[in-house]
Amino acid sequence: MPLWLDLLVRVVAVVAAFLVLPLVVGQMEHKVMAHMQGRLGPMYAGAFHGWAQLVADGVKFVQKEDITPRDADRPVFRLAPIVALFPYLVVLLAIPIGPGGLVAQQMDIGLFFVLAVLGVGVVAVLMSAWASANKYSLLGGLRGAAQLLGYELPLVLSAASVAMAAGTLSLPGIVEAWQPWWLLWQAPAALVFFVSGLAEIRRPPFDMPIADSELVFGYLTEYTGLRFAFFLLAEYVGIVVIAALTTVLFLGGWHGPDPAHLGWLWTLAKVFAVSFVIIWLRVTYPRLREDQLQRLCWLVLVPVALGQLVLTAVVKVAT
Amino acid sequence: MSESGERRTPGKGLIDGLAVTLKMLVKPTITQQYPDVEPDLPPRSRGVIALLEENCTVCMLCARECPDWCIYIDSHKEEVVVPGAARPRQRNVLDKFDIDFSLCMYCGICIEVCPFDALHWTPEFEYAETDVLDLLHDKSRLGDWMRTVPPPPAHDVLGEPSKEESAAARKAAGPGAATAAQTARPPVRREQAP
Repeated sequence: MPLWLDLLVRVVAVVAAFLVLPLVVGQMEHKVMAHMQGRLGPMYAGAFHGWAQLVADGVKFVQKEDITPRDADRPVFRLAPIVALFPYLVVLLAIPIGPGGLVAQQMDIGLFFVLAVLGVGVVAVLMSAWASANKYSLLGGLRGAAQLLGYELPLVLSAASVAMAAGTLSLPGIVEAWQPWWLLWQAPAALVFFVSGLAEIRRPPFDMPIADSELVFGYLTEYTGLRFAFFLLAEYVGIVVIAALTTVLFLGGWHGPDPAHLGWLWTLAKVFAVSFVIIWLRVTYPRLREDQLQRLCWLVLVPVALGQLVLTAVVKVAT
Repeated sequence: MSESGERRTPGKGLIDGLAVTLKMLVKPTITQQYPDVEPDLPPRSRGVIALLEENCTVCMLCARECPDWCIYIDSHKEEVVVPGAARPRQRNVLDKFDIDFSLCMYCGICIEVCPFDALHWTPEFEYAETDVLDLLHDKSRLGDWMRTVPPPPAHDVLGEPSKEESAAARKAAGPGAATAAQTARPPVRREQAP
């Protein structure tokens, strides 16, 4: 295969995944949340159980007026949704879904790259919050900054634990080195990574920056139309990304029966299972208070992550 | 937690919450898909009021009892010559019987108060209009609703017999039994009142 075709196939595959997976997860959220609340959820769009609901939502958002507030910092305000969305697209490049180089871009420092790019999310939050010239947006943005910076630490520490265990920073390398008993060994790290990942993508119960009952809609208050849709899409891509990272780092990625051929299937199945848990948590738990949020981060997750690091190091040295 | 006894296992509440939502997920939903599927209304649902014109004697009780006066009745008197009678009798003929459903609050007092069962509840509820004036249902439209009146619910086997039944039984038992039945009621004892 010539280089340009290879490149084209990879890019098209990533963009397709970027556009399709979030919609599937979003539809799953609609349906799962509805049934958990004793409802049916969307039933009309697309005729069969509302499968096209999110497509219809997208069409609706495109039709809406795109309003920029008068006092807003226009270029920053308009750039923020792209900044929110783009890092996740880049992260998807580095996530392996199968053995033998079934990854869009093989990188030796994949884990480092992924965590670094995920950190850009906080910039989007601050940009949209500050540029909106709205006090609710600003409050939401400051909450978001405090939350994202705080939870970055346990996220990185728990990822460092698994990188230490595998002895590599390459994401396919980590999956390659993964053993089933790591499920137990790395369980605290997996939990910390998952919880702080939830906080990183600002999902309920960690949605204080949005907190629609307190801050109108947080840093999204002033957004309308397509830009708002981009932020919503970013949320769903965030679910996919966090689920994929949890899968790759802690749940053994493509490991399962017949990984050589069905590896991609196991990865996708695990990603959707973790996405389901993310939705499940959203339906079940109320939003944390701002001080509880910081307390959970600094007094629970960070110590647990540090303890896990010590444990990993001890086991690694002993074996 | 501090007042109501000892601390529970940490995290139990979190697990319980997850269990609740998971159970709801697998349970059938309670949503009724109304426009596609007819709702199963409970018995004696109050949808619209139907008029059985033949039973109406224009006694005006319904119009007078109506709390928001949404029943409009007009009538005239007709002479009916009864063969063998000394004078022709007079009879009320209904000219207009309108219920304004934009005012009606569905209290059902008119139906309760009607001595001749001319008014009935029906469970039909799909009579929304784009013009509020069209909510004034006239005599013929109220009569049309009679088609939708459900049969009366079966009598409760444990309840006391209906007035008609007990009256018929009394009549069948003979003239003396009627007074006996009346006196059989527990008498009001004045002396026990404070």
